[in-house]
Amino acid sequence: MADVFLEYQDKLPQAIIEQVQQHLPKGATDAKTKNVLEAVYEEYINAQVEPGDAVGIVAAESIGEPSTQMTLNTFHFAGVSEMQVTMGLPRIIEVFDARKTMKTPTMEVYLRPPYNEGKDIKIAAMRIKETTIEDYATSFSIDIAAPSLTVALDTKRLEAVDSSVDAVARILSKGFKKMKVALKGSSIIITPGKDQSLNDLYRVKEKVRGVYVTGIKGVSQVLPVKRGEEYVIVTAGTNLKEVFALDFVDETRTYSNDLYEVEALLGIEAARHLIIKEVLKVLNTQGLNIDTRHIMLVADTMTMGGDLQGINRTGIVREKASVLARASFETPFKHIINAALVGETDYLNSVVENVMVNQPIPIGTGIPKLVTKTGSKE
Amino acid sequence: MTEVFVDHKYAGTVKDPQDFIERIRSERRMGKLPAGVNVLYNKDTDAVTVETCAGRVVRPLLVVKDGKVLLTPRHVEQLQKNELSWTDLVKQGIIEYVDATEEEGCLVAFYEHDVVKETTHLEVAPMAITGLATALVPFGQHNHGVRNAQGAKNQKQAVGLYAANFYTRMDVDLSVLHYPQRPLVQTIMHELSDFNKHPSGQNVTIAVLSYEGYNMEDAVVINQGSIQRGMGRSAYFRPVATEELRYSGGLIDEVSLPDKETKGYRSEHDYRFLQDDGIIFPEAHVREGDVIIGKTSPPRFLSAMDEYNLTSSARRESSVTLKHGEEGIIDFVLLTENEEGNKLVQVRIRDDRTPEIGDKFTSRHGQKGVIGLIVPEEDVPFTASGIRPDLIFGPHGIPSRMTVSHLIEIIGAKTGALSGRFIDSTLFESEKEQDIRAELASHGFQESGLETMFNAITGEKFIANIMVGNMYYMRLKHMVANKLHSRARGPIQLLTRQPTEGRAKEGGLRLGEMEKDTFVAHGASLLLKERFDADGTVVPICENCGMVATWDFRRNRGSCTMCGDNTDVSNVEVSYAFKLMLDEFKALGIYPKLLLESKY
Repeated sequence: MADVFLEYQDKLPQAIIEQVQQHLPKGATDAKTKNVLEAVYEEYINAQVEPGDAVGIVAAESIGEPSTQMTLNTFHFAGVSEMQVTMGLPRIIEVFDARKTMKTPTMEVYLRPPYNEGKDIKIAAMRIKETTIEDYATSFSIDIAAPSLTVALDTKRLEAVDSSVDAVARILSKGFKKMKVALKGSSIIITPGKDQSLNDLYRVKEKVRGVYVTGIKGVSQVLPVKRGEEYVIVTAGTNLKEVFALDFVDETRTYSNDLYEVEALLGIEAARHLIIKEVLKVLNTQGLNIDTRHIMLVADTMTMGGDLQGINRTGIVREKASVLARASFETPFKHIINAALVGETDYLNSVVENVMVNQPIPIGTGIPKLVTKTGSKE
Repeated sequence: MTEVFVDHKYAGTVKDPQDFIERIRSERRMGKLPAGVNVLYNKDTDAVTVETCAGRVVRPLLVVKDGKVLLTPRHVEQLQKNELSWTDLVKQGIIEYVDATEEEGCLVAFYEHDVVKETTHLEVAPMAITGLATALVPFGQHNHGVRNAQGAKNQKQAVGLYAANFYTRMDVDLSVLHYPQRPLVQTIMHELSDFNKHPSGQNVTIAVLSYEGYNMEDAVVINQGSIQRGMGRSAYFRPVATEELRYSGGLIDEVSLPDKETKGYRSEHDYRFLQDDGIIFPEAHVREGDVIIGKTSPPRFLSAMDEYNLTSSARRESSVTLKHGEEGIIDFVLLTENEEGNKLVQVRIRDDRTPEIGDKFTSRHGQKGVIGLIVPEEDVPFTASGIRPDLIFGPHGIPSRMTVSHLIEIIGAKTGALSGRFIDSTLFESEKEQDIRAELASHGFQESGLETMFNAITGEKFIANIMVGNMYYMRLKHMVANKLHSRARGPIQLLTRQPTEGRAKEGGLRLGEMEKDTFVAHGASLLLKERFDADGTVVPICENCGMVATWDFRRNRGSCTMCGDNTDVSNVEVSYAFKLMLDEFKALGIYPKLLLESKY
């Protein structure tokens, strides 16, 4: 690297220096490069937030105001096959609240080549989807004369997911130990054992329908979608851990929209990224333009404790040091009584408390203090 | 077997449901069953529903049998001669009332030429699908339904001649238009509902034109000359009342001129309008603070001691005065008594309301707007024939709202004015737009309603032709004079020491939580503190126990009720609301201890 750049190594972030290097014309002299860097440095300093700037409130206002314009009912593209995903204001609230149970958990499963070009895409999708016997059975019939239940299976569909009538029979015999399970061609015949009545057989018939065969538990729907050049499988229901274990899945790009699942599997940094990604996705579909840094600040706040915390009274607000600040936001009695029980002290260090007692708030012009020099007479 | 439910209770079964409901219907039409009984046979659930209970919404329809309407031209003739009435038709089974349940099984034709073999009913008039007020919107069939509803809603707030006997009434908060007119463009409903006998607007000349930006955002520009000629002028009435209340011990209020010994006696100047009976005389011009009815009440607390005390037996002043910001002329004084036989004095105050900037006006199409500017007549643009519009309406209100009827009314009223007749604009049955346009053209005007106009200030011709015509405009009851409010200093609440709320109490305009946030976002810390200083107080705090202490101004030192004189007391500046909160904590049994340290 040229000496000119070395000088700015500590002043500018690496990414910016690299950008300057990339865009600099080839024949630039050192003097001219220095001029450019000086101008960049000035811009960089100007772009920085000043000490005492109320970044939190600015972020809140910057997100809150455009949110009021958001249309509450989500916009559907008629005709195009699409998975139902919560969008709009309800989704933003869901993310910022860090809800444990979300309305529509989904995964976007990216595939390794050659599957991402569409090879065996339907089989891949089927292997992800949680399937039950009902998905493979062609008929269920009960013979009342000689009490037995015959389940006719579609062998072709079973083979497509690397399963067989045999395997299904094994699952069934394990599941219904009191019944006898026998094979007959592509059908499975279940006969009641001792002390088993016809009524029990009826009950078994209903149970058999829901018996798990293949796929990933929790994934109730799959939908192969073309994203640009490649195929992606969108799912309803998530189970990242098991999806990652599949050989045809590109685990570097596959993700789930469940914050807690991502946090548990990939860590808190990934969860932070997901918060930003999900909020930006909603905002972009609504055509709202909010500076990413506001959302990053919110995501940082939610994840800085090392775990996920929502923007509500059980999340980050509970962490506030000031009793008055906590009491001013929902359930005041609880906070004041608890504070009284343990004798909490409020040091009036933050904004809300100082507004309450009508003192200058420690923000902006409230930060600088006048100090009188005493003692020395020089 | 089909199950029968009467008012949603199981009543029995019938074999032939179709025949069953036909029989109920025919007996209802014959008058054997009440007209309010409705039936429906639901094929899907195979059940007959009979409704008889009260409170269902029903609507009248003409009965159609075998593709023929039972109402004949002979009936109509008899109706016109007044030989037949509506109730006769209901009794004869020509008109019947159908509720939402029975309607499910009916095929109702909208127009007579739509009647086919299967048709069971015919609409009495296409207009009948709307209510009374919505039917007053002219040319409604050209609009989005919402606009008709809004147009109807606006008309309800219009100032007009609400009752012919208004002069003898004591209504609260009412306005009467000085020169009401019948609308040039009418619907059948205007005649049916006697709107023409109590109109609530005026036919004005209107130009669809932008005027120096003073009619942006739905505002309208008004010609001062038109106002001077009486357009939109109205009178505002408001009663002031008081009664002589009786108290325990035979004591009673007294309406009279208070004597100078009265507790709380105002200045003599304030009582200047009162006559000997303590009531103001009509046609007195009163302003805020002036006494309208002089009244005294007996002293509030009578203890044994006070009976011998001459000074405290003085009566209390409790006169009725004009509230803050009010003004008017005494219109009418009424002396009567109420149900308990107490003397009741009511005084009606009248205020002349000339249209001013900020007053609300509307056409009948949901196109309401506020006056943005009153222009001297000489500055109002004029047409080639020298016509100056009364009102200039901004064109931007039209495209997004798509109130086509607004434009058609302009052409319609213009034609009506030129032809000297009323234009029929009944919903779905109005005169045709083409016919109106042709008639307008026959008067030598452009059929589109456009005219060449000139800028009255520069004398230049406008490049574009401007739509000029007539229109029925109404003044709405929302007037700035009743709403204008501002405050710098003023009354505060006793409990919190914060400014009072609302115009009537001369209140402050609240700087709310979100507004506070904007100050924080700007980092304007000291400005925020100053803004919230309205309830600022200095409280002496005991540094030992951290509770509110007392300050002895004579000795110029503080003392604490808990810690005595031997403690440091410092004056601390806090908002009174905070001090109040500390008091409330104490009431809850929570000890709020303030730890003081030097600010610097």
